[in-house]
Amino acid sequence: MGIGNRPKFDLYIILIYAALVFIGWMTIYSAAQVTEYAGFFDMNELYGKQILWIGLAFLIITFLLAMDVKFFERFGSIIYVISLLSLLGLFVFGKELNGAKSWYSFGSMTLQPSEFAKAATALAVAKFLSGINISLKNTKDLLLVGLIIALPALFIIPQPDPGSALVYGAFFFALHREGLSLWYLSLVLVAVALFLGTLVIGNWWIAFIILIVVGIIYALSRKRKHKQRLPKPKIALFLIISGVCILYSLSTNYIFNNLLEDRHRNRIDIVLGRVEDNQGVGYNINQSVIAVGSGGLTGKGLLEGTQTQGGFVPEQETDFIFSAIGEEWGFMGSGIVIILFMTLCYRLIIMAERQRNQFARIYGYSVAGIFFIHFFVNIGMVLGLLPTVGIPLPFMSYGGSGLWGFTILLFIFVKLDGHRMSYEH
Amino acid sequence: MRKILLFFLVSVVGLTLLGRVFYLQILKGDAYKLKSELNAVKTVYDIPERGFIYDRDGDLMVANQVAYDIMVIPKDVENLNISSLATLLKMDTTRLRSKIEDAGDWSWQKGSVVLPQLTQEEYAPLQEKLRKYPGFYAQKRSLRKYQVNHSASILGYIREVSPSQVKKDERYISGDLSGKAGIELQYENELRGKKGVKHFIRDHYGRALESYEQGMYDTIPETGADLTITLDNDLQAYAELLMQNKRGGIVAIEPKTGEILTLVTAPYYDPALLMGRDRSKNSVLIFNDTIKKPGVNRALQAEYAPGSPFKVINALVGLQEGVITTAEKLTCRHGYDYGGRKPLGCHSHKSPLALSTGISESCNAYFAQVYRRIIEKGDTPEQGMDNWNRHVTSFGLGNYLGYDLPVGKKGLIPNGEYYSSRYKYKWYAPTTISNAIGQGEVITTPIQLANMTAAIANRGYFYRPHIIKAIDGVPINNPDYTVKNYTTVDAKHFEPVVEGMTAVYKTGTAKYANIPGIEICGKTGTVENFMRIDGKHTQLTDHSVFIAFAPKDDPQIAIAVFVENGYWGSRYAAKIASLLIEKHIKGEITRKDLETYLLTHSLEYEYAKPYSGEPFEINPKVDKGLIQPEVSSQPQPNILKP
Repeated sequence: MGIGNRPKFDLYIILIYAALVFIGWMTIYSAAQVTEYAGFFDMNELYGKQILWIGLAFLIITFLLAMDVKFFERFGSIIYVISLLSLLGLFVFGKELNGAKSWYSFGSMTLQPSEFAKAATALAVAKFLSGINISLKNTKDLLLVGLIIALPALFIIPQPDPGSALVYGAFFFALHREGLSLWYLSLVLVAVALFLGTLVIGNWWIAFIILIVVGIIYALSRKRKHKQRLPKPKIALFLIISGVCILYSLSTNYIFNNLLEDRHRNRIDIVLGRVEDNQGVGYNINQSVIAVGSGGLTGKGLLEGTQTQGGFVPEQETDFIFSAIGEEWGFMGSGIVIILFMTLCYRLIIMAERQRNQFARIYGYSVAGIFFIHFFVNIGMVLGLLPTVGIPLPFMSYGGSGLWGFTILLFIFVKLDGHRMSYEH
Repeated sequence: MRKILLFFLVSVVGLTLLGRVFYLQILKGDAYKLKSELNAVKTVYDIPERGFIYDRDGDLMVANQVAYDIMVIPKDVENLNISSLATLLKMDTTRLRSKIEDAGDWSWQKGSVVLPQLTQEEYAPLQEKLRKYPGFYAQKRSLRKYQVNHSASILGYIREVSPSQVKKDERYISGDLSGKAGIELQYENELRGKKGVKHFIRDHYGRALESYEQGMYDTIPETGADLTITLDNDLQAYAELLMQNKRGGIVAIEPKTGEILTLVTAPYYDPALLMGRDRSKNSVLIFNDTIKKPGVNRALQAEYAPGSPFKVINALVGLQEGVITTAEKLTCRHGYDYGGRKPLGCHSHKSPLALSTGISESCNAYFAQVYRRIIEKGDTPEQGMDNWNRHVTSFGLGNYLGYDLPVGKKGLIPNGEYYSSRYKYKWYAPTTISNAIGQGEVITTPIQLANMTAAIANRGYFYRPHIIKAIDGVPINNPDYTVKNYTTVDAKHFEPVVEGMTAVYKTGTAKYANIPGIEICGKTGTVENFMRIDGKHTQLTDHSVFIAFAPKDDPQIAIAVFVENGYWGSRYAAKIASLLIEKHIKGEITRKDLETYLLTHSLEYEYAKPYSGEPFEINPKVDKGLIQPEVSSQPQPNILKP
């Protein structure tokens, strides 16, 4: 590395990171149910420990930024395999916490390998797709990259931690950027929409709507056929599509009632408003929404939130941390945090787009996608828009593994981006 | 296109979330603020002690004691060894399990009662051991402590409020106790006092963190008012004692005030049975017994034909209407032939006789003629009947009396319309001749008869009977109970009737129940009664009835006694009335022979007859009820032993 190749690390992203980590720690501090206060560094309290995790995260950042930039591409596959092994190892050596066997325990410390697997998978996907003669138009390559993404997810689901597995859907955005058709996402969205639609308004209305929508699309496509090189629309094809959709819709109730577990059913029911149970399964979301709503415009002030101080929202230091921000800092605070996350995503997309190297770009898109999904699903859940899915809010939720996993994920990209001018494939 | 998809989605999602927080925090912020306050403000109620109940002489009848409910919070239950807990609580394991499951169905976070109302003695051994069962705890409550084992039906009882009561009345919260019968129900507002409220900021475990808004919304509890009631503790206890092994009702009233001195319904039970952990078990025994009906207050709710005591009223109405004079003698030919299928019978006595003797000998023929004259005085029987009805109801008969106890019956005093609507053809006075002797259509409750007696004792007016004497030591000043109700019969007509009632004791039907030294005025009654057995209208042994007041010139007590199937008025009712009058006036019993008779005779054999399934004789010439009871000065609750 010569003087001209001095890395230029993106200052904006580092500032956003620092801001989120700081707000996060402050909120954890506020949400703590302290009986005896013994200073910020009280290692019996979560906020004390989080300071330690943040300090270690800075150490990790220093290492990452100091490393040889080629390391990540060169050893991407090995890191991925190690990560998979660490996930598999959980089935044997894992420690059960809160009903999920997702942790390794080292004395009093626990590590959650699935938090690190996201970065490892992103590296592996980027490395594979940036390889010579690899194309997503090639079915074999598509299946292979699908396998790379699916393997960690499949290992995580039975821990059980389906929420963390859901995050792997984020790789769609990287694949799409590299040429994967939007149809795949559309298909998933249609399936979800049909599923929820059937639960809410019932089979017959859904069937009716399917026929109308498919009919309109058919009519539109006939009009436009001479302008485009699309094959002539066949009525049979549309009928088959309608039929499949309707059959799927008819099977929804079976899937819902027989294949899903009770707790998943309950969570979906709560969000759809099919049941109201503010004392039982709906307790978390109800209390969380009350906390956020009661914050008003300016919030109740740090350490003044009655919901937060009274510990009414379960898991408030971890997955439901946003509710404490909403209560104590009001619309101002929650708006700022949402805008910070939007800015983080925007900045990551801009950074990814400016990469000249395909590996870095794919990796960058993966990072943006992962943060997007976490941001969307976590805050959506806290605000009662989505069913309860246990995934953390990046940089803010309490937990060493999460903080480090997200830090590594982000700062590998910061490192790659810093070297974009000198970094050659 | 590929470059902007994620960009676009981030914007959509970001704006959606911003919109959602705007909606929750700005548009609905106030509503959620309120919800969070409801969440966080813990309301602690300070439940005041219920007022005590004293009798007219200041003897304590009802006090309070500490009790404990065993509660569970289902969410806090851990590693429950259900069988060892069941042993500890002396509960059935399946019952305990279903209680815990019910609690979980109701609320996962809030406490529910597993085992209610343990006494201090029952709770003490549990206190330490209960800690070993997380999620279970004891909730302190105040329960009644009865100083007496009588008067259950007057005192009433308290129990946990029903969910519908909680919904209807904001003063109650779940788990509160409220009066459900008797005085406890009637004077619930006075007895319960006012809850104090304290507000705390709490955490989600319900632990209080600090006082809310420096306690500006807090209130101090007001203890319930102590009640002094008009009952005479000693007289009441003695009356219940005399009624053991019998069924019926007694009401004694102080004519000068309308205060109820004694009110007995038999069979009775110990008031303590409806308190504590066996309350529900016992209440089934008491209120679901359809044969003995101990849950029915016979003194207030039993409608009997009054029988001969009613003749006194007909005598008064006859004098008022001028259809007879005190001197006019009427003939009795062992009955009175009014043109019916068989004449109205009468027993043997001298004839002809005047009013006073008519009363003391209880001559049916005499009163049949008086009654007939009263009805026939009208231009039509309807008019005559309406006029008669007006006089009779002025004695408080035929309608609710308006006393301060929560149950009662109207009884019936027919009027012209009553018969006109029932008879297809024209009817005349003889059609309703049974009313002359208090059988027929006329029915009354014991308290109505006692009140009627008080009106006679007062020579023409009565105070509405009542049980309340003072609230927190302040005598009541309720015009309902302090204003005289005048009868339509003039005072001057009462003396000859009272003379006749005195003669009942001196020479007439109750001469064997005379009390030396007290001039008692009374009237016996022997009331025919019927029951449907296997669909057949069957006559049973007559009811024994007696009304009396004493002393004649300064009445201190007016009493009505009804003993079901006791046969002659003098066999049971007159004896009981005499003893109670003596006890009230002299404070001691000189006629020990009467007392012994009553304590050693049981009417259970009469009550068993209709259920024996065999033919039985009624109205035995000799009382066959002699038993050898343990002689006791305390009333023996004769349906249940506590």
